[in-house]
Amino acid sequence: MSSVIPYTVETRPDTGLNNVKIGIWLFLASEVMLFGALFAGYIILRVGSEDWPAGADFGLSVPLAFVNTLVLISSSVTMVMAWASLIRKDPKKYKMYMALTVLGGVGFMIIKYIEYTAKFHHGYYPSEHNFLAIYFTLTGLHALHVIGGAAVNAYYLGPGFSMWHTNPEQFTNRVETAGLFWHFVDLVWIFLFPVLYLL
Amino acid sequence: MSDKHAAQGETGAHDDHDDHHEELGFWRKYVFSVDHKVIGIQYAVTGLVFLFFGFCLMMLMRWNLAYPGKVLPILGGLLGEDRMPGGIMTPDFYNQLGAMHGTIMVFLGVVPLAVGGFGNFVVPLQIGAPDMSFPRMNMYSYWSYFLGGVVMFLSFFVPGGPAQSGWTSYPPLANIALEGQTWWLIGMLFLIMSSLLGAINFITTIIQLRADGLTFFRLPFFVWAQFVTSFLLLLAFPPLQAAGIFQLMDRVFGTSFFMPSGLVVSGQALEVAGGGSPILWQHLFWFLAHPEVYVLILPAMGIVGEVIANNTRKPLWGYKSMVYSIIFLGFMSFIVWAHHMYLTGMGTAMSAFFQTTTMIISIPSVIILTALVLSLWGGSIRFNTPMLFALAFLPMFGIGGLTGLPLGLAAPDIHLHDTYYVIGHFHYVVAPGTIFALFAGVYYWYPKATGRKMNEFLGKLHFWPSLIFMNGIFFPMLIQGMAGMQRRLYDGGLEYGYAQGVLHWHKMISMCAWGLALSQIPFILNFFISLRKPREVGENPWDATTLEWAAPSPPPHGNFATEPVVYRDPYEYSVPGHDQDFLPQFQPSATK
Repeated sequence: MSSVIPYTVETRPDTGLNNVKIGIWLFLASEVMLFGALFAGYIILRVGSEDWPAGADFGLSVPLAFVNTLVLISSSVTMVMAWASLIRKDPKKYKMYMALTVLGGVGFMIIKYIEYTAKFHHGYYPSEHNFLAIYFTLTGLHALHVIGGAAVNAYYLGPGFSMWHTNPEQFTNRVETAGLFWHFVDLVWIFLFPVLYLL
Repeated sequence: MSDKHAAQGETGAHDDHDDHHEELGFWRKYVFSVDHKVIGIQYAVTGLVFLFFGFCLMMLMRWNLAYPGKVLPILGGLLGEDRMPGGIMTPDFYNQLGAMHGTIMVFLGVVPLAVGGFGNFVVPLQIGAPDMSFPRMNMYSYWSYFLGGVVMFLSFFVPGGPAQSGWTSYPPLANIALEGQTWWLIGMLFLIMSSLLGAINFITTIIQLRADGLTFFRLPFFVWAQFVTSFLLLLAFPPLQAAGIFQLMDRVFGTSFFMPSGLVVSGQALEVAGGGSPILWQHLFWFLAHPEVYVLILPAMGIVGEVIANNTRKPLWGYKSMVYSIIFLGFMSFIVWAHHMYLTGMGTAMSAFFQTTTMIISIPSVIILTALVLSLWGGSIRFNTPMLFALAFLPMFGIGGLTGLPLGLAAPDIHLHDTYYVIGHFHYVVAPGTIFALFAGVYYWYPKATGRKMNEFLGKLHFWPSLIFMNGIFFPMLIQGMAGMQRRLYDGGLEYGYAQGVLHWHKMISMCAWGLALSQIPFILNFFISLRKPREVGENPWDATTLEWAAPSPPPHGNFATEPVVYRDPYEYSVPGHDQDFLPQFQPSATK
């Protein structure tokens, strides 16, 4: 028997899934536990504090964060459109939507950079106060996820796209998997925005 | 997953890793291999080396406990003036040895051997798969573990030495510790990454790559154990990752996640923002570390189940109840963590909740142990080396479990907390418990991995002294602890009046520890001498029933000559009317 791993692309009849789909959901489950623990840390710190500051006290900009939310949500939409274009066998549209998705990630990071430098400019470093500590830890870790997701998307837009010509089905699966991660990154931000900027 | 091979798409079969037709070079075949068997052996050997290294750290500590303040002959001079000036151990060095002993034994020794080693080697074979579902990720998982090990090892040579705040790294002590603690945290992040990748791989493999006919209730018990263990690793490690990130932020960027306001160190107020919670670390740490206890014990139970069924020539008694128990055990292990924290002042209501869940979790453990003991009843037992280790596991784990009950109740824990009783208790679970099971596994699957059996005489020479010395080490600790002697004391409690009556045990414990080291020599010799023998065993040297014994010994790349099909339950031994006393899962009909 050869060393071919079954069910990398086709689904296993009794589970109805392929390996990658299970793998990415398990990974996302562990990510939920990671961010869950970080949010738990936020709750403990806030509950234990007598005068927990509002985001505005440290110059957190709601309009900027709101724009960033829109950017990230839009890039999630274009991500779905990119995948749907592949299913409709339309690589041109795929490339356009995927480029927009990557652009969304880059745009998010640019706005994040503006926000961070503004904090540093005012001397608001993580060591100043635990609000800033948790702010930088949560958003920093989220930013790393954005960079990772955007890098994967950029790969499937550029060099990784050659697989479309050799094995379109597996390529479509990969884009779907990258999309699941991208939506998760988006979802984390949907929690971060109100928790850090509004509450 | 390389694009090159994905071109074979027409049949729907895609090669996920290196083409088996090509002859691989040395580096790809033995070092950066994607074959689960090679990775399993890499994990196992690295794990065994770290187990021995961690044991050496402990033997050094045992010197200072038995002979506090005395010069350690020969070796003492070699370890450097800042660690052992004039051959006498400094308290700091003792603390470093203690912290690193715990870290290395748990995260670099037992887990990699039990999960990475046996899991990787045995699980795909037992479910009839050609490899793990993500072979390349499997390789990354091993190398992430290896890097974590390298970081931990190098931390011994940074200024001020390695971490010295205990393997639990409680802040604020760990926050203000020297550079070694930062290395510890970075090493842990690598180890966590490795475990997460491994866990994803195991769960996917077990769900997706089971052979034809191998339903979940036909899985060998070992596979079930690895399945539940993987879920624990997957869901319990991320909170420690979060805690590690918090502590790293505290140490590197000066945040105050774990720093309370108004902390005074050596008479000086610390210049931090404050407002943090040291207890937060304990909650996040034990949210991992309690499931981690079950990560240590479940694969061991799995191995013992395999060995006992094989050597009693009987099906496991109550296989289904064992499976349900292990699932329940895994679930419950997530809601018992604060029984490590009764003395933090978290309140009686919390304590009541956690002592209730702790008592409940003992039920499935007892069911599994009882089922294993009952499996012996009426069997015609073969007392070979793997079976001896598996049999010794039962009473040893039994002592470990039962001594845990007083610790799980909040009231007696006030007296026993942080004493040698705790050390005796959990070492009974992991040392003569888990490590004996791991030895059973090494002797049991060695023929599959190498095509040769290990020597029985040397095996018994390894087993009997190990059993005696293990008990010589850990039983007196229970007595010392009940007298109130605290753990983590550099001089072993010399300055405490109430400890005077039990101090004399220290010498005997240390002698037994060094004796235990000597009794590993037959094992090490056996391990290497057996490799030099000609390949003599066939596919199924133990007359076993599970799928790994359908593959050649050692199995080639891709494992099975023909795709295995499963016809029956895992342990069909001594089936009435059958001419042999074993009926393998992969054998089509009962009459042959």
